[in-house]
Amino acid sequence: MPARASTSLLSVRDVAVSFGGIVALEGVSFDLEPGLIVGLIGPNGAGKTTLFNCLSRLYTPSSGDILFDDSSILARPPHQIAELGIGRTFQNLALFRNLSVLDNINIGGHCRSRSDYLSDALHLPWTRRAETSLDLRSRRIVSYLGLDGVIERRVGELPFGTQKRVELARALASSPRLLLLDEPACGLNHEEVEALSAIIRQIRADLDVTILVVEHHMGLVMSISDRVIALNFGRKIAEGVPSLVQQDAQVISAYLGMQRT
Amino acid sequence: MLESVPEPAVPDVLAPSLIGRNGLMLALLAVALLLPFVVQNFLIFQLTLVLVYAIAIIGLNLLTGFNGQFSLGHSAFYALGAYVAAMLMDKVDFPYPATLPVAGIACFVFGFLFGLPALRLEGVYLALATFALAVATPQILKLSPLEYWTGGVQGIVINKPDAPFGLPLTQDQWLYFFTLFVTVIMTVLAHNLVASRTGRAMMAIRDNPTAARSMGINIALYKSLTFGVSALYTGIAGALGAIVVQFVAPDSFTFLLSITLLVGLVVGGVGWIPGAFFGGAFVLFVPNFAESISKGLSGAVYGVMIILLIFVLPTGASGLVRAALQRLRAHKIQ
Repeated sequence: MPARASTSLLSVRDVAVSFGGIVALEGVSFDLEPGLIVGLIGPNGAGKTTLFNCLSRLYTPSSGDILFDDSSILARPPHQIAELGIGRTFQNLALFRNLSVLDNINIGGHCRSRSDYLSDALHLPWTRRAETSLDLRSRRIVSYLGLDGVIERRVGELPFGTQKRVELARALASSPRLLLLDEPACGLNHEEVEALSAIIRQIRADLDVTILVVEHHMGLVMSISDRVIALNFGRKIAEGVPSLVQQDAQVISAYLGMQRT
Repeated sequence: MLESVPEPAVPDVLAPSLIGRNGLMLALLAVALLLPFVVQNFLIFQLTLVLVYAIAIIGLNLLTGFNGQFSLGHSAFYALGAYVAAMLMDKVDFPYPATLPVAGIACFVFGFLFGLPALRLEGVYLALATFALAVATPQILKLSPLEYWTGGVQGIVINKPDAPFGLPLTQDQWLYFFTLFVTVIMTVLAHNLVASRTGRAMMAIRDNPTAARSMGINIALYKSLTFGVSALYTGIAGALGAIVVQFVAPDSFTFLLSITLLVGLVVGGVGWIPGAFFGGAFVLFVPNFAESISKGLSGAVYGVMIILLIFVLPTGASGLVRAALQRLRAHKIQ
């Protein structure tokens, strides 16, 4: 196949996933252009999180391909995905609960710093310098997301909304070019959702990052997304600007639980 | 863009507490240095063993407390370290200090190799696999084809080293200082490790492996290296133990030793390096104390003491010390 230059950052091509005969994703294709905020919607079990897990290489598709920067990520082991520039948050929080906020964010920066077992044990000057610059970077992110007051606190003892924000900070610490947010508004109160939509827009503006967001909170998705992709029963049923997807007959029937078309 | 965010101030609160901590460490070290001049020889020998146990417990803590991998097989690494040291001194007249790095490297390699297949085992399954290792070790050491090196059931007797350079120290005093020196180095290295990027990666794997992987942490690499390093610590402890006790035999390294180290780990505090010293002292002194209460039921008394301790201090000595430091700090601020 001749190489062709594409303008998309991420290209999902005909991806299918099945778990023991149950089809979770089937023939899903879409492209993400850099700089967009794209919403991924669909009823429970539509395959949104499955797709996210394919993008972060926690699952391997049974067929299809996923290209990031025009090269397939499927050849990469899961621990190299962060370094490529794909960062994520998790639906039900996956923080390192016993560690401090700062440690969590520093771990987010793991792929952007270097060290080895022996140099760390010997506390060599070069690892000390790397540690200082990582620490400084993390503290900037802490300030950026307004977490200064809790920086030394153990994550597990913070309120839910704050934990979600720590997870976002941790994802930013890997300097992602593609940021995957899995239900960032889930469990937040009205004010927190308002603040969240401002933060997501701010992050896109400040950090030159493309954002793919899975969300059930329609108000949030429709207000922040440039484009929306709708999934149902593992298939893509609609894609386009929010106002159009909102009026799509298949999307409406998927959400109202009407007959599958 | 983040570069334009003003540099956040590093909190000042840390500075005085750091000085306080270093001061405390120096004071403890001074006590440790003076101790062998004020107590009896047998107690010096026991204190040396506390240090030996502490090194082994630090090793177990790196694996279990910081990386979340269970092991009931650390008696095997301890035994390997002890036998490597004993055989080197017995068969090729190795000077005793030189046996420590050899024992450490041998155990690192063995632990790393054991850690590779263990990557596929989680939680209780890993505990069972390491349990098998612990049970097999004394039997392997007794095998007759190996008897020329291991001494079979009889084991190997080692000569007690004298203090070098004509230092006016008894053998027990000298061994105490030698062990203390090794212990300080091993403790500092462990402390550096857990406070570093590597240490954070180890703890991230413990707390949430899926998220750790998504943060770019190579789980297989860190887990198997941690297994190796943990075995290295325990192996060096084993080698020191052999030199201090002047004797190795298969039945000193049964599965019970693994449990002893585990008790020391829990009593000292899981995930807290200095806890190893409390744990080491506990497993050395408390069984004797239990025996002094009741000869016939010493095991039961020991058990009750462990249960009471866990009931009063669920997080081991670490909880107690942390609470005390916090109170001290609050008092200072007032």
